[in-house]
Amino acid sequence: MKLTLRVWRQPNADADGAMSTYEVDGISSDMSFLEMLDTLNEELILRGEDPVAFDHDCREGICGACSLVINGDAHGPERTTTCQLHMRSFADGDTIDIEPWRASAFPVIKDLVVDRSAFDRIIQAGGYVSAPTGSAPEAHATAVPKADADFAFEHAECIGCGACVAACPNGAAMLFTSAKVNHLNVLPQGAPERETRVLDMVAQMDSEGFGGCTLTGECATACPKGIPLVSITSMNREWLRAARKVGKR
Amino acid sequence: MTDYVNYTTGEPVADGTAPDGPINERWDKRRFEAKLVNPANRRKHTVIVVGTGLAGGSAGATLAEQGYHVVQFCYQDSPRRAHSIAAQGGINAAKNYRNDGDSVHRLFYDTVKGGDFRARESNVHRLAQISVEIIDQCVAQGVPFAREYGGLLDTRSFGGVQVSRTFYARGQTGQQLLLGAYQALSRQIAAGNVEMHPRTEMLDVIVVDGRARGIVARDLVTGKIDTYFADAVVLASGGYGNVFYLSTNAMNSNATAIWRAHRRGAWFANPCFTQIHPTCIPRTGDHQSKLTLMSESLRNDGRIWVPRAKGDTRPAHQIPEEERDYYLERIYPSFGNLVPRDIASRAAKNVCDEGRGVGPGGQGVYLDFADAIRRMGHKAVEAKYGNLFDMYQRITDEDPYQVPMRIYPAVHYTMGGLWVDYDLQTTVPGLFAVGEANFSDHGANRLGASALMQGLADGYFVLPATINDYLARHPHQEAVTHEHPVVQDVLAETEDRLNLLLSVDGDRTPDSFHRELGELMWEFCGMARTDAGLRKALERIPQIREEFWRRIKVPGTGEEFNQSLEKANRIVDYLELAELMCLDALHRAESCGGHFREESQTPDGEAARDDDEFAYAAAWEFTGTGDAPVLHREDLVFEYVHPTQRSYA
Repeated sequence: MKLTLRVWRQPNADADGAMSTYEVDGISSDMSFLEMLDTLNEELILRGEDPVAFDHDCREGICGACSLVINGDAHGPERTTTCQLHMRSFADGDTIDIEPWRASAFPVIKDLVVDRSAFDRIIQAGGYVSAPTGSAPEAHATAVPKADADFAFEHAECIGCGACVAACPNGAAMLFTSAKVNHLNVLPQGAPERETRVLDMVAQMDSEGFGGCTLTGECATACPKGIPLVSITSMNREWLRAARKVGKR
Repeated sequence: MTDYVNYTTGEPVADGTAPDGPINERWDKRRFEAKLVNPANRRKHTVIVVGTGLAGGSAGATLAEQGYHVVQFCYQDSPRRAHSIAAQGGINAAKNYRNDGDSVHRLFYDTVKGGDFRARESNVHRLAQISVEIIDQCVAQGVPFAREYGGLLDTRSFGGVQVSRTFYARGQTGQQLLLGAYQALSRQIAAGNVEMHPRTEMLDVIVVDGRARGIVARDLVTGKIDTYFADAVVLASGGYGNVFYLSTNAMNSNATAIWRAHRRGAWFANPCFTQIHPTCIPRTGDHQSKLTLMSESLRNDGRIWVPRAKGDTRPAHQIPEEERDYYLERIYPSFGNLVPRDIASRAAKNVCDEGRGVGPGGQGVYLDFADAIRRMGHKAVEAKYGNLFDMYQRITDEDPYQVPMRIYPAVHYTMGGLWVDYDLQTTVPGLFAVGEANFSDHGANRLGASALMQGLADGYFVLPATINDYLARHPHQEAVTHEHPVVQDVLAETEDRLNLLLSVDGDRTPDSFHRELGELMWEFCGMARTDAGLRKALERIPQIREEFWRRIKVPGTGEEFNQSLEKANRIVDYLELAELMCLDALHRAESCGGHFREESQTPDGEAARDDDEFAYAAAWEFTGTGDAPVLHREDLVFEYVHPTQRSYA
């Protein structure tokens, strides 16, 4: 395949960026999208040009590092991570636009690489169970109904890639935050911190400069792990419940 | 002709910290004998932890909970992304919830046997004991393990064992366990007990007066090289499978932390013990950047076969049952498709070498779910393996519900690593290694679902207990500062290396060298090794190294985000480590576990161990790039599990 790539190039956080155009040839439909970019980068290095910077690591769709907006869609046309997108999803002669996640809470570091540390700070605000090592009771001491365990798992699948934020017209982080809140709040182990968790995580999310949620649903459409949109309504319910309960104390 | 078996033999090494006495009392005994640090004094101690995978994440969180000041590093943009996250299948624990005859002793026995009698009994027994606590700890953190309808934890079986002791979270066990550790770590970061440095890569260790006192690390965003100081340094930087270029490791997983530590005095044990995983998706072409594993759990229900006849190119569904060879079930009737990884991988290689492989290039075997779908129904198979089938389809564009999967072995895990004693301390006092970075528990072959167990055992329970002893014995170390001459030397060496990489301005990319080295290693130090092949590799590696420093091209500068520079710098270390791996493989003229020497096999083609000559761990001491290293043997003593020829027939 022969393709035209229009790629966002930005030397660093403070510099201005712009789209640059590159031609790549000899692309196989079995290549992953990132292997196609590897091919471009090998050529750029040999030509003495700066290769395109992008985040990637496991290339198995689980680490959440890769993060490209492809033709306007977070992770591109398939419902998967960028690393699991293959060139068979494109046709010979296509022009492909490649951009970084766009959100004020995710500043660009270089080219297609952005700073997602805001997500870490949301988890630090309460996305955990306080269970210091050594303090755990026997694992079978508390049975967890299978339905609750499955609900928790479905939300725990979030890989923290940030596609939800990139896809949202408001740049909101509700789907990410709600996935963790719902994972832990449904479990008996998460119950003691149920109220503080949701209140603190939402407060941190707001302070990071993410936009507000208007339930457009773009986040759930872009999510490579299929975190459902109702996750957000579940979190809103948790938040209201917590706000009332804490208010009464 | 040059003799490439170039090493000298030094004093044997003995593990001075392993207690004696009955094996089930040794861990208690060691914990009792270890000195403790007064809780009020702990905050005065700083511990550096490099890496945030299962071992590093759990160690950092636990040390911080204990009151130590932890300074932690990862090259990823977030500690949540370490490669432990990609482990699919599960984690072993001797809970015996199934009442199927499991016990701590059986897990211990299975692991020593599975490792082909090249691991320490004391370490393995401790691992089996701790396995039980790990599950409790993870459940308390909210890790969503698979559960039965009654609300209790579900388990499944894995290769090399006959009990069902593997706990799992669909095909994402590593992810869920890692997020548990990451969340515990996040809690400590928020509490100010852990100072976290993401996107920061360790480039060297600082050893002052014979003790590890800090590291040199590069901020990958700004390019700034800085020094960090501590009372002890813990390496949790993972394995070195990426020496092979193509592996199931993450693209940026690398050996720099452990190799630099090796150069500063930490001995490297059993570098040739690498695990080739039998169930990976075959490669499709030269563009391939990495290989993808399909969980071993698939072997519970999938049947592995190839055509009986050579060169049979008919599609799978046109090959009638009697013309198929379910070779694992045929050769190993009692374990069948669940033989250990090394055996399954070699068997796949053998049938492909015979010309009976399937798919492009004949480099593949079928993993067929037709029987399972008939027996359990499409829905049940989907519930159990759905995400793995989806991933397979995405990568290969083939539907495994309709046509059998094609699989082929790939480099997956490295059993070798930095030599550590029972306390997980390397030969450099104050420098510890945990998880895949050390060599401790798996011998010559690791059983499935045991890597997660070891990483978490080391990080949550072993290291936090043993590091106390070291810190208590060295309570008032003199402060080391940036201006210290040793620090300045290490710093200058690091800067010189990066500057040299940037200044060569040759005509070959970092990847081209990495690929060349990887192909050489796969051919001569992969699934089957020979004396002649290893000598060839040992002749070639120094030549590649020489060419590297003449022709490498790294664009940009060191004072910016520069992924080519990161890559090139890691290859510098692979080019030295590869040589030691081949030397270790050459000197070990026996077959054991993942190390198969063609000269040493039984009449029916199984690995022939040589316990008279090689019942030891080989700990190598660095003497200089390309210079003869010194071999220190640690004799392995088996008091509880008598070494036998492994039999899975």
